[in-house]
Amino acid sequence: MGRLSAIGWVTLVFMLALAILPPIFMWTGQPFYVDLTTRLVVLAIAAVGLNILLGFGGLVSFGHAAFIGIGAYAVGIPAYHATWGGMDFIASYNGFFQLALALAASALFALVTGAIALRTKGVYFLMITMAFGQMAYYFFLSLDIYGGDDGLTIDVRSELPLISLDNPLTLYLVAYVSLVVAMFIKHTLVNSRFGMVLQGAKGNNERMVTLGFNTYKYQLVAYVISGSIAGYAGFLLGNFTTFISPDMLDWTRSGELMFMVILGGASTVLGPVLGSSIFILIEEVLKGVMGWFDGLLEPLIGRELGLEVYWHLPFGLMLIFVVLFVRGGLMGLLKRRGK
Amino acid sequence: MKKIVTAALAATMLTSIAQAAEVKIGFVTTLTTGGAVIGNDQKKAVDLAIKQMGGKMGDLDVNLIYGDDGFKPETGKQATDKLLKQDNVDFVAGYIWSNVLLASRKSVLDAGKFLISANAGPGPVAGKLCNENFFSTSWQNDQTPQAMGEVLNQKGVKSIYIIAPNYAAGKGMVAGVKSTFKGEVLGTDMTKWPTQLDFSAELAKAKASGAEGLFIFYPGKAGGAFMKQYQQAGLKDSLPLYTVFSVDALSLPKFQAAGFTDVLGSQFTQFWDPTLDNPQNNKFVADFRAAYGSYPSFYAAQAYDSMFLIKSAVEAVNGDLTDMDGMRAAMKSASFPSVRGEFTYGNNNMPIQNFYLREVVADADGNWTTKIVQTVFEAHQDSYAKDCPLK
Amino acid sequence: MDYTLLFLQVLNGVQLGLLLFLVASGLTLVFGILDFVNLAHGSLYMIGAFVCASLTFLFGNFLLAVLVALPITGVVGFVIERVVARNLYDKDHLDHVLATFGLILVIDTLTQIIWGVEGIAVPLPAWLDGQVQLFEGAVIPSFRLLIIGSGLSVAAGLFWLVNYTRLGMLIRAGASNRTMVSALGIDIQTLFALVFALGAMLAGLAGMLISPITEASIGMGNQIIITTFVVIIVGGIGSMKGAFIAAIIIGLIDTLGRSFLADIFGLVMSADAASTAAPAVSGMMIFILMAVVLALKPQGLFPPKVR
Repeated sequence: MGRLSAIGWVTLVFMLALAILPPIFMWTGQPFYVDLTTRLVVLAIAAVGLNILLGFGGLVSFGHAAFIGIGAYAVGIPAYHATWGGMDFIASYNGFFQLALALAASALFALVTGAIALRTKGVYFLMITMAFGQMAYYFFLSLDIYGGDDGLTIDVRSELPLISLDNPLTLYLVAYVSLVVAMFIKHTLVNSRFGMVLQGAKGNNERMVTLGFNTYKYQLVAYVISGSIAGYAGFLLGNFTTFISPDMLDWTRSGELMFMVILGGASTVLGPVLGSSIFILIEEVLKGVMGWFDGLLEPLIGRELGLEVYWHLPFGLMLIFVVLFVRGGLMGLLKRRGK
Repeated sequence: MKKIVTAALAATMLTSIAQAAEVKIGFVTTLTTGGAVIGNDQKKAVDLAIKQMGGKMGDLDVNLIYGDDGFKPETGKQATDKLLKQDNVDFVAGYIWSNVLLASRKSVLDAGKFLISANAGPGPVAGKLCNENFFSTSWQNDQTPQAMGEVLNQKGVKSIYIIAPNYAAGKGMVAGVKSTFKGEVLGTDMTKWPTQLDFSAELAKAKASGAEGLFIFYPGKAGGAFMKQYQQAGLKDSLPLYTVFSVDALSLPKFQAAGFTDVLGSQFTQFWDPTLDNPQNNKFVADFRAAYGSYPSFYAAQAYDSMFLIKSAVEAVNGDLTDMDGMRAAMKSASFPSVRGEFTYGNNNMPIQNFYLREVVADADGNWTTKIVQTVFEAHQDSYAKDCPLK
Repeated sequence: MDYTLLFLQVLNGVQLGLLLFLVASGLTLVFGILDFVNLAHGSLYMIGAFVCASLTFLFGNFLLAVLVALPITGVVGFVIERVVARNLYDKDHLDHVLATFGLILVIDTLTQIIWGVEGIAVPLPAWLDGQVQLFEGAVIPSFRLLIIGSGLSVAAGLFWLVNYTRLGMLIRAGASNRTMVSALGIDIQTLFALVFALGAMLAGLAGMLISPITEASIGMGNQIIITTFVVIIVGGIGSMKGAFIAAIIIGLIDTLGRSFLADIFGLVMSADAASTAAPAVSGMMIFILMAVVLALKPQGLFPPKVR
């Protein structure tokens, strides 16, 4: 293992904080913050999955929300039929069945769309993955029985032996352990021969091909793994929100996921987790700051301005600022300070 | 970064410890995106109601917390969860959009709190998903178009074409008008909600269908866009327009500013009108106009009512917010002063009320508003009540 | 088959396609020449609509408002190029995407602060507010005809500009080889700023033309931007001809899908299921088109010759 680098320390401390904080929130009667952290961790899992492609493969997927959606509907659709009848072959509350369905469906979707998408490069790849994502979005939109645009409420969460996902803390711990495992998988993958080929293809695809590697196959495998991890995150998200709608698959959500990875710092282990943390927490923080500012101004102008709804303004400025002045996302900032 | 987060967390923890004798009400509405036009109007009405109450319901101080649904079911549910879990509200009210209400209802009801819809009334909530802790200060979605279907029959319209958005409320509106309209429906177009605002293709189809009338439902800004395109297509004489929830006090000043005179004289059905003559409504409309300089919309009227409904519950139990049965009974009696006048609640806690035909006119000062032409239904109950197991 | 209806729907589709082309032409120029991915291009469309709406009320004349709003939108584009975009050219596409997403949030919020959330209905002069009868049974709003007319003339003007002027020569050269242009001793900074401002004016014009139909409203830019990206990708990045053809195809697919898909679906499924499925599938069609085009031609229909 050797001595930890500065980045290593930050990663360790951050992950420890994520492990300790939610139980504290729970015991101090702040269940909302448990929810917030759960959402953060679940999205971080998807972001870690995306980062395999984006950070290490140089393949910018703009359609990853589709996998999350597929994973979530893999919980919702069997549960819907178990509650309301019909489609007996799929009706089930069984968590393992739903999870298997989520993984299989997202892997299959990744395999089929990836096989086509990987024929293209660069920004064309970005757009074709978005096209596939939008197709999945409109597919679920067209399913009248599962609510179409209105979405589907999951009345019963996935049933697993020994543990109950109805308990917010249990659900959180499952998500947290999954995140750690996902980060570990990514770390192992990236440092394996497979990861080397993938990164080699990112740098210079032709050279890797000349060296005798079928990079297309490597990239396709990476795409399937990445999509399955996102599908797994979807399985958790469905269980967490107990409400799913086609909106979860929309390109804006794929965009957010992508922004999380870039903001945190692509091709780092902690980056996606950091990015998703910022994305989830920033709304609460900025609304708080704007509200505080509003209160400060109120005596001066005699009325509340309702500044809270304008929190997008400082957020947008912050994103521009990060891109202009920080190289390599927030992890880049840390790295530079570490030197 | 992390410091800020910790500071923010600590601050919220501190504030939640200091609690006075108060009733906490969460109000979920749309405060961002184009849908915020409606949300802001509801907010104005709620603020006005609380101000008139002197900030108190009985002996309890009112602590009102707004949640923003961002025009999306998922965001609305998150806002609802936050109100329940972080702010510990006693009542959750609001909900403009049917899909947001459907997504959020389970959170509120599972938490054992009262859910008051100040607009949305999708069929399931009135029928198989009805709940003793759910109350509406609006209507069930199908009722208003049912009244319009009746008006169409009275006018002798033989055939109509329908254009509506493809979401829960849109489907309810279509089902509603189809259930009472005795003529023929020559075609139905469901459009992408809320993004589609150009209706050229649908209008061309409607015209080609040869129908005698065109029925639409487009709340918010889509309504304005539709009316404009309808006028540009020059269909006023060949294909008269019959609307529900598409022309309101929010769009009329905009139409007036744009000199869009075709709207004058257009008719639509509703449960309420600013000219309804009862003390509560007169006070509401006068105070609202005095405070904000414009006529209140029906969205505002319903939001205003929701606050007085909650007040009646709180006062009935003398501020004992643990007495759920007492509060429920008080609300069920519908004894609060409503802007719509007297009404009763059905077994599913949806109002049994009158529906009127409203017409767009200019008031004495030249401002565009509406007046009542006739009463279409008296004490009308929605058709889903029979699916609701409650008594 | 009702041929008059089909004709009208084709006309509606072409009109939508031309509006898309106006937005897409600027985007494809900026992308092709500056190699800059501008998600905030749709915000310029929105700014054009709002500026024009305010000016219409100020002047009491829509056309005059358009004439004044055009240069204003160009200036806004110029300023955005100077302040934000210019500093991003040497970064990679991912940085562009993140920064311009931030820009969208900023511009949307500022628009909301300046103009409110209500949106603005834009009145038209009476002679534009009526209808024109093309032949028996085929009546079309005169304003839609104006959109078609101005869309076609702008397209023609752009083709002239790109193919027969010195600026166009530089633009074409820049689209295929940036370093060559700067090697020619051309002030590349000014060229870039001009292209950006031109793109802003084109997007702004589309916003101005749509505002009397759908109103100027917050978020309108974000709804069109993704379709616009589909257009320039299908057409091939940097290709004006490609953008034009793809825009018309996509306009037609969208409109004809909305018009006839429900009836076609109604033949094989219940009316209720068809009315839910049809709008979804018609929304899906442009993405299917893009996927098919890219699967067959990975650089779009008209890829730039040298890259």
